[in-house]
Amino acid sequence: MTATSQAPAAVELVRVRKEFGSAVGVADVSLKIGQGEFLTLLGPSGCGKSTLLGMIAGFLTPTAGKIVVDGVDITEVEPYRRDIGMVFQSYALFPHMNVFDNIAFGLRMRKLPKAEIAAEVRRVIEMMKLDGFAERRVSQLSGGQQQRVALARAIVIRPKVLLLDEPLSALDKNLRAQMQVELSELHRKTGLTTIFVTHDQGEALSLSDRIVVMNRGEVQQVARPIELYRTPANGFVASFIGEINALPVARYERDGREAALVLPGVGRLAAPARDDGLIHGSAVRAFLRPEHVRPALPDEAGPNIVSGVVAAHIYQGSHTITRVEVDGLGLIETRVTGADIVGAHPVGAPIALMLDLGEAVLLATP
Amino acid sequence: MTFARLRSLGFWSLVVAILTYMTLPTLVVLMTSVNPTEILAFPPEGVSFQWYEKALTYPDFQRAFKNGLIVTSLASTLALIVGSAFAWLVYRYSFRGRGVLEAVLWSPLIIPHFTLGFGFLLLGGAFKLQQGYVMIVLAHMVLVMPFVTRAVYVSLATIDPNLARAAANLGASPFHVLTRIELPLVLPGMAGGWLIAAVLSLTEFTASLYVTGSRTQTLPVAMYNYIREYADPTVSAISAMLIITTTLIMFIADRAFGLRRVLAIDTH
Repeated sequence: MTATSQAPAAVELVRVRKEFGSAVGVADVSLKIGQGEFLTLLGPSGCGKSTLLGMIAGFLTPTAGKIVVDGVDITEVEPYRRDIGMVFQSYALFPHMNVFDNIAFGLRMRKLPKAEIAAEVRRVIEMMKLDGFAERRVSQLSGGQQQRVALARAIVIRPKVLLLDEPLSALDKNLRAQMQVELSELHRKTGLTTIFVTHDQGEALSLSDRIVVMNRGEVQQVARPIELYRTPANGFVASFIGEINALPVARYERDGREAALVLPGVGRLAAPARDDGLIHGSAVRAFLRPEHVRPALPDEAGPNIVSGVVAAHIYQGSHTITRVEVDGLGLIETRVTGADIVGAHPVGAPIALMLDLGEAVLLATP
Repeated sequence: MTFARLRSLGFWSLVVAILTYMTLPTLVVLMTSVNPTEILAFPPEGVSFQWYEKALTYPDFQRAFKNGLIVTSLASTLALIVGSAFAWLVYRYSFRGRGVLEAVLWSPLIIPHFTLGFGFLLLGGAFKLQQGYVMIVLAHMVLVMPFVTRAVYVSLATIDPNLARAAANLGASPFHVLTRIELPLVLPGMAGGWLIAAVLSLTEFTASLYVTGSRTQTLPVAMYNYIREYADPTVSAISAMLIITTTLIMFIADRAFGLRRVLAIDTH
């Protein structure tokens, strides 16, 4: 299910604000989350994403604003009456109960008949591939299994919304990749509206229908992963999502269908002439992904070829990241397939780079 | 001999010396308890269990043991109730005067038992409760309370606060969070705390000497009174039985409730 913001909202945040003393944890966030959508709150630690999640779960009370789930204002509702499932970063499995009792806990609190509880628990045990583990103590489980129990426990109550608070951060790298796939499958199977909190942009890009990038309590951008990567709304988003070269501030010149960036000490670089509202003569910054920078061909000529000196090679197996010190632009990273560049342009050797500014993001500087 | 071997030899000599120093007095008492003669001689001149028989059949000891059980069970249980409530309070809330309350509660660790015993003796006089069970139980309760509170507090503090949140998230009201999550998790701590209190109370002597009378004396006081009059190995025998019983209780408690964790000796 890839519902979008056009679908009826499952969760709506209206100017939600949280202050801790004089510090602002979350600053007036408004968001609509579609039915069945997988939405990610992404940002560095302390950006307010976990605070926001805590308010949706009901562990924290907003200073102002309201939280609406399925059309009902739940801002003042006790956490245990919210019908919202949550998976904690530490899993928070009940250590004195076995797997079955952990999963059954929410159903028992809802006073369901015994037979129904048993059937429901069996259903999710099968769904989460936990067959044979029902009688195990949670301390006897591996990290990945604990993770599945935590998910099973949260989805068995058929919550209106599923909250995931950095659930993958405690797992090692291989398991994390596997659990990403499983999370994605689970979301497809259950169709649950999911709010996922992470500081890992890779997880966010691969799992989400939409991503909310937050910084210092404020929403920076809300967009689909591809849009976020291609057209970041500001410098923070541009540098937070993936690797990017931030060129120095330049003067933007536009003449009909031709546009250019004028950089002191570098000259004119040809820039894309899009209808992006940039004003002739204004100050802009160009952000350029390393994959849009490449070594120039021997006989190549053009306005966007700059020369520099190789500062370092970072060999990554499938590709190599090369850092080049370019006069007037500073360090520019280029990303090329293979390792040929290491032999062709050793560290300290001169190199000409082709900047594919057609792919660059131009942002007006304040 | 290499330096490493020398160092290893030095280390083990030190370990043996410490062990000997710590256990020698107990060993001497245990050995004299099987002495066939009436003299508290060391080393023993043979093996006999007649003093064990005498210790078990001596009326003063029988009564003192019964008194001890009454006092211990009441004092540790009361200390458990009050101490747990207090630990909960300190763990959950921060309030004005919390520091003072804490200091008062820890004070029996600092104030000598004879001071407390003497104080309770004077209080007993003022309230006409001299040498009665009420005063003894109250005195013991105060003495063991810090240990119970600490045990309960430590096990509360080791509970992941997200467990309560997770339970609430799954639909558990605050009452259910307490009864289904927090209480079961803190129960081993409470049981462990109770046992430590019981052992301390059962063997407490200094304060008990002040507050007990001839009819209400506890076992350590009865043993003291016995040894003032007779110098035979009966007291050694009863000491041996006390040590063995206490060791057994602690061993079982460690197995059943993870006493190490409760006392924060172990950190995992």
